[in-house]
Amino acid sequence: MTCLPKESPAKKLGLVIDLDICVGCHACAVNCKEWNTSGKMAPLTDLDAYGAKPDGVWFNRVHTFEAVDPDTGVSRTTHFPKSCLHCDDAPCVTVCPTGASYKREEDGIVLVNTDICIGCKLCSWACPYGAREYDEDEGVMKKCTLCVDKIYNENLPEQSRVPACVSTCPTGARSFGDLGDPDSDVSKLVAARKGYALMPEQGTKPGNRYLPPRPKQVGKGVAPRMLTHQDDSSDGAGLLARWVDKILTA
Amino acid sequence: MHPAKSVLFFTTTTGAGYGLLFWLGVLSYRKLLAADFTFGLISFGAAFILVISGLLSSTLHLGHPERAWRALSQWRSSWLSREGLLAIITFIPTGLFALSWVVLGENTGVFAVLGLVGGAFSMLTVFSTSMIYASLKAVPAWSCRWTPWVYLVLSLMSGGLLAAMLSVIGGRWLAADWLVLPVLFFVGLALVLKLSYWSTIDRGMSSSAQSATGLGEFGEVKLIESPHDQPNFLLKEMGFAIARKHSKKLRQLVILFAFLFPFALMSAQWFIPDFAAIFIILAVVCAGIGLFMERWLFFAEAKHVVTLYYDQ
Repeated sequence: MTCLPKESPAKKLGLVIDLDICVGCHACAVNCKEWNTSGKMAPLTDLDAYGAKPDGVWFNRVHTFEAVDPDTGVSRTTHFPKSCLHCDDAPCVTVCPTGASYKREEDGIVLVNTDICIGCKLCSWACPYGAREYDEDEGVMKKCTLCVDKIYNENLPEQSRVPACVSTCPTGARSFGDLGDPDSDVSKLVAARKGYALMPEQGTKPGNRYLPPRPKQVGKGVAPRMLTHQDDSSDGAGLLARWVDKILTA
Repeated sequence: MHPAKSVLFFTTTTGAGYGLLFWLGVLSYRKLLAADFTFGLISFGAAFILVISGLLSSTLHLGHPERAWRALSQWRSSWLSREGLLAIITFIPTGLFALSWVVLGENTGVFAVLGLVGGAFSMLTVFSTSMIYASLKAVPAWSCRWTPWVYLVLSLMSGGLLAAMLSVIGGRWLAADWLVLPVLFFVGLALVLKLSYWSTIDRGMSSSAQSATGLGEFGEVKLIESPHDQPNFLLKEMGFAIARKHSKKLRQLVILFAFLFPFALMSAQWFIPDFAAIFIILAVVCAGIGLFMERWLFFAEAKHVVTLYYDQ
């Protein structure tokens, strides 16, 4: 059914992405591709993978933006991973003519049933965020599943039951949890860091939140340009070093 | 947005076909056309060929055309689904109307009412087609309030031109004369609506790279590194930039071919009835060219907000 759940799901699983921490290494995108190409949405087809114009299905893409302050000319570079935001008012779901696109009542995850998708691409037109990608080889639409086949998988150790992009992030820029529960770690993180939604004016009520880069530190509290040498005693050094130290120390 | 040929063909031909069915209903109701076998066969043949070939071509861009029947199931939420259902339902009154005309030789009384009902359902189908586009907020140029009106009036205009052409060629002067004023009216109205549409979409969109990334507080946002160096599905489907480069010239051509030429030729066939057939055929040809350009621009000019993530 492509009507949205009557009541907005109480549990809203989603991601919180810290733009202050992300270093733009693309590990989340690569691990997403790896997990999902053999997961629920498999395969994530590549076309002309080793040719001049490689193309393929990815659920996660890392953009890099620069914001330049028009007054000071100060610029800030921000790496910006983008995947499905599992919106509360997901327009990709309601436009679907077949019922292939749906939002789960139990946890808010937006999924595609590729067995009945006709590949009309209308959902990709409806999504403001570019979260849906068409698999030309299979003729159906594919999208981020929030690793639904990983987060509930009891064969995996508990700490691994998070989306692939979260478990692989080497800097800890990605968190996963229930954004519908105000007491969850992710909700507290969003509250503390003033996490925001992308393009709120589109009225999609996205689930995922982005944490803004922290303000640049100027003046007091800035790390010194050169570290002063603290420990200059030769205790614990080798015999020769101690002897040289003793001679040369006036 | 990438203008897929199948969708351009689908929206223009079904629009003209449904418009023609509408006018055949109105002309019967006003007793301006006799239920003549040959004229009926040719007119309904033309209308149904336009509608059916358009509907079939719309399935050509599907990844799984064999599953197309599933698209009828979600009428509660999806305009695409509603459009599919309405297209099928419309065949009932219009098909019965055509049969009564061609087989029974009847198009008055209850049969004329059938024609009017068919015309109303034809317009509902065109409206639901327009709502597929008008309901997409992510494409601000489509979710503009003029979109459904433009689709409806262009359908009435192109169908009216076809009805006028068939009446003139078939020597049905009563119908041909009566059609002149409504068709001129709809050509003029279509031009006004299209100009309003363009002036609205030229005001730009409310989303920006700032709101798309949320980084506006740090200054002007621009992309310095794309996630991929070759175009992906998103850029191929939504990042069509050719038309925006030439949009001014193309709009002028649309105004000429879709509206001004048909208006002049339609008026000319009225004043110079000796050459009416030539003028009206030329009017239909010009409108056809103009409407394909108009529909091509409707897609190609429309910018999807996802392009904000790609600095396009």
